[in-house]
Amino acid sequence: MTNSINDLLARHTLIFTIVVIIFSLFITFFSEPYGNGLISTSFVKTLGKTVCLCIIALAMDVVWGYCGILSLGHFAFFGLGGYMIGMWLMYERTAIIVQEAATNELLPLTETELSNAIGNQIFGVVGGYEIPSIWMFADSLGLQLILVIAVPGILAFIFGWLAFRSRVTGVYLSILTQALTLALSLYLFQNDSGLRGNNGLSGLQNIPGIEYLGQEVISIGFFWASCIFLISIFLLFHSLMKSKFGLIITSIRDNETRVRFLGYNVEIYKLFIFVLTAIISSIAGALYYPQAGIINPAELAPIASIYLAVWVAIGGRGKLYGAIIGAAFVSLFSSWFTGGQAPDIPLGIFTIEWVNWWTVLLGFGFVLITIFSENGIIGFLRNIFVKEK
Amino acid sequence: MKIKFYIIFLYAFFINLPAVAHHDEFNIFLIENSENIIKSSAKTVDSILRDIQSFDDEIVSRFLELWKSKSLYYIKDTKQVVLVNENEETLDALEIDGLTRIGNYSKKEIKKIKPNSGVRAKIDSILVKYQISNSDINVRQKSIESLKRNIQPEHLEVLQDAYINESDAELKTVIDRLLKFAIIKYSDSNDKKLEIIESFKGDTAIEIRASLNQLLNSSEVKVGISVPNNKNIARVIVPGFTIKNSNGTSDTTNFFNEDVEISINDAYDKLYAGNLVYKKRITQEELKKILEQNISGDTIGGYSISSLDNEQSRIAAYNKLVENNLAPPFISENKINEEVNKFIFYSIYNETSSEVTNAALNTLASINFRVQIYKYIDLLIDGLSLASIYFLGAIGLAITFGVMRVINMAHGEFIMMGAYTGYVVQQFISNHTLSLLVALPLAFIITFIAGVIMERLVIRHLYRKPLDTLLATFGISIALQQIAKNIFGTQARPLTSPSWLDGSLSLSDDLSISYIRIAIFILSLIFLGLLLFVMNRTRLGLETRAVTQNPVMASNMGINPERINMFTFGFGSGIAGIAGIAIGLFSKVTSELGSEYIVQSFMTVVVGGVGNIWGTLAGASLIGFLQKFIEWFNPSNTLAAQTYMIIFIILFIQFRPKGIVALKGRAADD
Repeated sequence: MTNSINDLLARHTLIFTIVVIIFSLFITFFSEPYGNGLISTSFVKTLGKTVCLCIIALAMDVVWGYCGILSLGHFAFFGLGGYMIGMWLMYERTAIIVQEAATNELLPLTETELSNAIGNQIFGVVGGYEIPSIWMFADSLGLQLILVIAVPGILAFIFGWLAFRSRVTGVYLSILTQALTLALSLYLFQNDSGLRGNNGLSGLQNIPGIEYLGQEVISIGFFWASCIFLISIFLLFHSLMKSKFGLIITSIRDNETRVRFLGYNVEIYKLFIFVLTAIISSIAGALYYPQAGIINPAELAPIASIYLAVWVAIGGRGKLYGAIIGAAFVSLFSSWFTGGQAPDIPLGIFTIEWVNWWTVLLGFGFVLITIFSENGIIGFLRNIFVKEK
Repeated sequence: MKIKFYIIFLYAFFINLPAVAHHDEFNIFLIENSENIIKSSAKTVDSILRDIQSFDDEIVSRFLELWKSKSLYYIKDTKQVVLVNENEETLDALEIDGLTRIGNYSKKEIKKIKPNSGVRAKIDSILVKYQISNSDINVRQKSIESLKRNIQPEHLEVLQDAYINESDAELKTVIDRLLKFAIIKYSDSNDKKLEIIESFKGDTAIEIRASLNQLLNSSEVKVGISVPNNKNIARVIVPGFTIKNSNGTSDTTNFFNEDVEISINDAYDKLYAGNLVYKKRITQEELKKILEQNISGDTIGGYSISSLDNEQSRIAAYNKLVENNLAPPFISENKINEEVNKFIFYSIYNETSSEVTNAALNTLASINFRVQIYKYIDLLIDGLSLASIYFLGAIGLAITFGVMRVINMAHGEFIMMGAYTGYVVQQFISNHTLSLLVALPLAFIITFIAGVIMERLVIRHLYRKPLDTLLATFGISIALQQIAKNIFGTQARPLTSPSWLDGSLSLSDDLSISYIRIAIFILSLIFLGLLLFVMNRTRLGLETRAVTQNPVMASNMGINPERINMFTFGFGSGIAGIAGIAIGLFSKVTSELGSEYIVQSFMTVVVGGVGNIWGTLAGASLIGFLQKFIEWFNPSNTLAAQTYMIIFIILFIQFRPKGIVALKGRAADD
């Protein structure tokens, strides 16, 4: 019995790892810098971004599918990660540009002059030149990377601690997380938030220090980084959920009160999962936005987090690969349909243009999946191929 | 024929008879002064305006009016000032009385007299004297209006006469007020001023505040060794520290970090400009420039250029240049502070009497106190109307979510559907009042049907799974939103309110309530009453409550829970539709209209306490007032206010998870 579980576990993760690595190698060998260029750099970026979305879908699956907390705020953590890494990218790149421009000056710049020049470059659009205090670590990649983990971690910890302690559960918790997301995005929309208001941070695709490599190479690098992170997170969650700890987590989902009566401190478990997934979401965001090139507060809007739940639900919650399939499937299809590449369907008097009607299809399709197949695509496939015992 | 004659007779009587009488003298005057009239300037015009007043009032006022309105001409040869009748090709020149024809001239021979704006203002101020005593009340009113804009010392007497002679009561009070302003501004008598300033206490009219503030105008920053005793000191200024208040007094820098009146560096520059210190301050930019001018090879003053990347070394290098007489001496920051501290900076009131300025300060303070109270009332009204809006948005949810516990994320889209219904009805019925009367029930019916359909097709299957309901209804929400976008486009559609809802109820200069806000407040009261009635006094309400509390028991009692759920959900959705019309009236109708309200609406219900209509009212009031209250601290930033409000709500839920009005007993176990 134990052996067979171990076998299954080893097999699942092994298959997954091999599939992802083969996929990555495949992409690399058809990419522009390392292969015949069949796959364009922009498509490599799209795939890399999709992999990042799969990572956050995994996190969402663990917090919702396994632990039963329908968080409508995890995309905010994703965005926060993007902002944290974006601060370094933007600051460092502007500093390099300013210093290059300063070589024409007769005197070397003083620190004040340098920071004013950088501040002017970055914050000119929101009418300022002073660098806000939240940017004080922006000149150090190491510290800013720590912030990628620390900021969402601490935010999730405070919020989770408050919410779980008061036993806010179910839809109430969902609404609260949604409120948190709304507050965060509204805050970032302000011009004096210190993060450039609705302009957001831009030019993030230019990585200071390795720009000479060119976008073709950098995109492959980020793609690989995302894939490796996806594999490690998959392995982490897989082993975590198969362990006794995971058993308690799923029990909390199924009957929180009973677990509590068995003597477990439910709040700690929930808090741990909430914070862990928030941090992983943030790291995924930190990988995503350098590939996207721009981040603005609209990315953090509550609807993004709901879409995240939609992906997981469509793929099949409570199954790690379900989340990955859902995220990849929906986000790739979305960009295919809304990108205008999908062929329109003429119906005689009326033509269905997918740019306009894709969201409608997605919305109603989602309703159907929720009603008829609780476990999403995965559950649907199972019902067809695996007969109930 | 007779009538025509009569008109001519009247014309001659009123306009020309007096003119004829004094016509000759006035003509002589014009000929004597023609040069100055033709080429008038603000300087030369004074003597003419003074002399002209000795002539008959009618003539003078008519002449000045023509002069001001650029209706006078002159013949180039003779420099005679004339009136002109324009024909096709030629011009008929008439004498100033408008009757005597002088002759026919070509357009080149006659030129228009164009007084500049300075001259026109002076003419105006004289003209006022004539107009203010005119027998026509409209003319008098007009002249008072023009006086309001531009009042001069010489008008004091005119106004006094006008006040005594004025027969119209309404106009008399206007003149009275204007006269008071004129006295405050120009009178020599301090007692009169004091009396009037005292009488202004508690009157919050904006013009009174403006007049008092004007009285409290103060000078530029002045500097001296000590504060002079014989001057009416407005404020003592500490450079780099104090700010200037609008009433001329100074204050320490406050919470909002307003700019200081004068920085220490500027204060030093002022000392230098006034020859009170002898060394010029060298700014960082000047220092840099001088350093750059003195580059020799790789060094400046013995310092290598690459080492000059901080301020200390730059100053050191600069001081080296100073030693070699290559640059003026550098004044250190400490030295600047020291010099500035030796002097006192202050400002004096333009008004010399401290008694008057003190009285003005006093009165202004009492007025501002009252204005402050108005502001609080205004804040309360703002909060009330925002609370009404939140209540309208949330009231439908109070039923579907609050009573039935169904999370309907598409609730916002029902609001949007209601608003679009209003818009579409307006396309067919152009009378806004009528269209509103049609749209209100229609919106209810449409969203009621939509709600019933949704309940039958989707929600029915998910009653035991609230999180799944949330997601499924979200799917419906994005689909409906996109469909609305496809039909109506992305641009905002107007839902115009009837004209009787435009405008506002004005209580004072600072306090006015727009009718639409009152209407929304009343509408939300009606909703509250309607809802309470339906839930507590009707069969449907009773059955709904029964099904909510215990569906099995309810069905044992002969209630059909399926039917009740359907109707209740439809009812909640229908109310959302009506709310949509109300919301559409004051904001533009877009496909995102509903989603803007959905999060706030859910919070309203959660904060208020689920399952209780009074709770929703309490939640809406709390959120509405709170948001306005936070906005009040920082009016320029409504986004920040919303952020802090949401954070407050999150914290509030921690300490009162069941909301303000928590259900007790068995119904609370969910």
